[in-house]
Amino acid sequence: MSTPISASVDVGAATVRPQVPTGFWRRALRHRSFVIGGTLSLMVLGAALLSLVWTPWSAYEIDVASKLRPPSAAHWLGTDVLGRDIVSLLLVGARSTIMVGIIAVGIGITFGVSLGLLAAARRGWTEELIMRMSDFTFAFPAVLSAIMLAAVAGPGMVTSITAIGIFQIPTLVRVTRGSANAIWAREFVLAARASGKGGFRITIEHVLPNVLPILIVQATIQFALAILAEAALSYLGLGTQPPQPSWGRMLNDAQTLLFQSPMLAVYPGAAIAVAVLGLNLLGDGLRDLLDPRLSRER
Amino acid sequence: MSGSTNAPLIEVRDLGIRLNTSRGPAQAVRGVSFSLKRGETLGLVGESGCGKSVTAMALMGLLPESAVVSGSIRLDGSELVGLSDANYCKLRGNRISMIFQEPMTALNPMHTIGRQVAEPLRRHTNCSAAAARKEAIALLDRVGLPDAAKRVDAYPHQFSGGQRQRVTIAMALACQPDVLIADEPTTALDVTIQGQILDLIADLVAERGMSMILISHDLGVIAENVQRMMVMYGGTVVESGATNAVFTRMGHPYTQGLFRARPRLGARKGTRLKTIAGTVPELADLPAGCTFADRCTIVEDRCRAALPAVVDVSAGHGVRCVRTDVSMAEAVGAVGA
Amino acid sequence: MSVFIFRRFLTLIATLLGASLIIFLVLDALPGNAAQMLMGADASPDAVRALTIKLGLDQPLYYRYVHWVMGLLTGDLGNSYVYGTPVAGLIAERLTLTIPLAIMSMSMTVVLALSAGIYTAANHNKLGDVGVMSLTQFGIALPNFWFAILLILLFSVKLQWLSAGGFAGWDESILAGIKSLLLPAISLSVVQAAILARVTRSAVLEVLREDFVRTARAKGLSKRDVLWRHVLRNAMIPVMTIMGLQFANLLAGTIVIENVFYLPGLGRLIFQSIANRDLIVVRNCVMLLAGVVVIVNFVVDVLYAFIDPRIKVHNL
Repeated sequence: MSTPISASVDVGAATVRPQVPTGFWRRALRHRSFVIGGTLSLMVLGAALLSLVWTPWSAYEIDVASKLRPPSAAHWLGTDVLGRDIVSLLLVGARSTIMVGIIAVGIGITFGVSLGLLAAARRGWTEELIMRMSDFTFAFPAVLSAIMLAAVAGPGMVTSITAIGIFQIPTLVRVTRGSANAIWAREFVLAARASGKGGFRITIEHVLPNVLPILIVQATIQFALAILAEAALSYLGLGTQPPQPSWGRMLNDAQTLLFQSPMLAVYPGAAIAVAVLGLNLLGDGLRDLLDPRLSRER
Repeated sequence: MSGSTNAPLIEVRDLGIRLNTSRGPAQAVRGVSFSLKRGETLGLVGESGCGKSVTAMALMGLLPESAVVSGSIRLDGSELVGLSDANYCKLRGNRISMIFQEPMTALNPMHTIGRQVAEPLRRHTNCSAAAARKEAIALLDRVGLPDAAKRVDAYPHQFSGGQRQRVTIAMALACQPDVLIADEPTTALDVTIQGQILDLIADLVAERGMSMILISHDLGVIAENVQRMMVMYGGTVVESGATNAVFTRMGHPYTQGLFRARPRLGARKGTRLKTIAGTVPELADLPAGCTFADRCTIVEDRCRAALPAVVDVSAGHGVRCVRTDVSMAEAVGAVGA
Repeated sequence: MSVFIFRRFLTLIATLLGASLIIFLVLDALPGNAAQMLMGADASPDAVRALTIKLGLDQPLYYRYVHWVMGLLTGDLGNSYVYGTPVAGLIAERLTLTIPLAIMSMSMTVVLALSAGIYTAANHNKLGDVGVMSLTQFGIALPNFWFAILLILLFSVKLQWLSAGGFAGWDESILAGIKSLLLPAISLSVVQAAILARVTRSAVLEVLREDFVRTARAKGLSKRDVLWRHVLRNAMIPVMTIMGLQFANLLAGTIVIENVFYLPGLGRLIFQSIANRDLIVVRNCVMLLAGVVVIVNFVVDVLYAFIDPRIKVHNL
């Protein structure tokens, strides 16, 4: 070739692992939905942590004498039909919600991400099988699988966690495999393959770190979905069982008292909405901040 | 059709266009003036980002809503700048038509090509669906689409790039427009197809007595297809005149650079492709003086002071350069190279 | 195109078979003896054995599975363990409520979402867009059953316009039936509509950036005409995908919402059957819901082929 090569070939540059972009926090603190979403999420997390060490009243002790009290200095949001303090119930409820959410999303991520990475690494019939299976799991929303599990194993936190966890898997498989496939097509993976690295090593060293930002965003959104599902299952009586307080259960209790104490039905729902809104906004913010390519309007 | 043959069909006076870009407001076009008589052909040449496409979109009235247009664009004497969109819609596809660069994406994948070619007819003339379809087949046949009658109900993805460009040409010609704007009509096509499409456009322009504005970054395309040409750089016209005159006596250092930078067939092996040093300026932060000053080899202080005025180097041949004496003397080897 | 549909049809059959197998394994094989569950731990072994034979649970597993699948095809779903009446009849009765409810809420979802999505896309970055989009952000965060309770609080407790629950039935008047499904349908659709509106908006915005939109404008079409004639059909593909997936959520949602409003629909039937340990009813109801979801997604895929001319050729 006689023509001088003017454009530099940048293969080497791309092998650098993605790091938290420079000035992440500076940009993050100026991002509106990240800040609002982060604040709301931290509030819910704070409530859950606080409930571990302190609640204004016990969330378990029944005091029928002081049932259905209106808000007062002693009971900021009043008491429920069993005389339990609403604020305390909300704080402990946050704990149940977050715990179910973390375990369920954990199950979803463990299985979803591994299967997604496997599908992308193996291709062929492995990929086909995994994708068909996850399509198929899509036909069973969390409520449906929880019903099936509850029918045989009885309702409870384990049932709801399992059902929600299974429900999380297909989405995470799809997202992981989709973005992992894109990474597998990149030059630095080709280079790694050319240097004799195996599929497993490439997955761990190159693919996983590169899909991580996308997974973080997706996990945030899945967390929000898990909270919604947990609330619905507890409301139906399939999830967290009394006397363990949960927001969904509180709504169920409140519904029978709509005419006497309508506000009892407002607080727990608002708590769920705040948690879900916070996580969704946080996810949107992270999407913009971690990977500008993903920042399309949803 | 109205207007006498001597009055200009299109008259652009001191056109300025301000766009909102991601890097802030940018003066994409300034001080562009030209006129075009019925049947005349005009070429706009320049690198991408020089403002030639923006000028074309201004003529079509299709700039983004945030764009600020100053100056005047007249079609047959009536002002187009500030025309309401409803009124502009009556002109577009009817009196002014446009062919775009990307035939692969310029057609709606969900509609048959027949429907898309007939659409301007249905819109601007009150012909029936059946008549419009018949006319669409005739048009497709005229632009050289094989088996037009049979393929009128096919979808865009069933055609090659060249065939699709023929379809967009048929679409643009449907209502017998007075002016045809062709924005890089062959850039996205195979070299073998390019010539055919350009010949087709040239034939149709001659046959229907249309005026044409041909936009290209390719000097060769301009040289062969238009009577007059304008060279644009950084949003201004740096040189304009009859195509022959401009090619014979390049008055602007940029035109010369553009000419030298074109790849030549049969150049000796090992010959380096000449480039113009530097890069096209960002429209958002254009220099105060001559927009080409930073890349010009014969730049002087006064070039940077203010935008140079247009100097008429011969009848109808204007150059926006303060150093035409030097630059034109340097334009050696331009002819016959 | 027919090849595409045929291939898709084969996957549909395979998926349905897979779903039936899993449901059968979870709800029939896993629990052990359903007769024991029905009668409780302290029932006499003889009585349990008698019931086992009566319910046909002494047959081998594969036989019971094949028998059930054949039954699904012929509409003979067996008899309820608890009531002894045909399961098909129980389900059919409940569907007279659940199907209208699903249709009502799905149409509300689509109408709300498409109008909001198209409106916001057409007014991109203007006040209306930002306002409606913030609303949808709240809509997505609402648990639908809580929204239902809020609706009851407003329309039943406060304004007393509509009843807080129950179903008037179709016999008295169709209007009364629709009236009692109104709040349930609204509470199901608002949340879904919020999601679908966002999808519609981004799909329309994406298409609006395409070159052929400029071409259409260059032909003299107004923005409005371009939107309706050229953009929407192209934008419908992603919107329909989400609609198909939402239908699954909607059905799951009816289970919850029927419980909020005490509606005697399929969701309530499932619930009562769980409480009664009437596993044969649960099994058939779950199969019905999962089957509908799978079939709806099949229909969506086939519809693509009609909407998008490119699919026909790609798959021939």
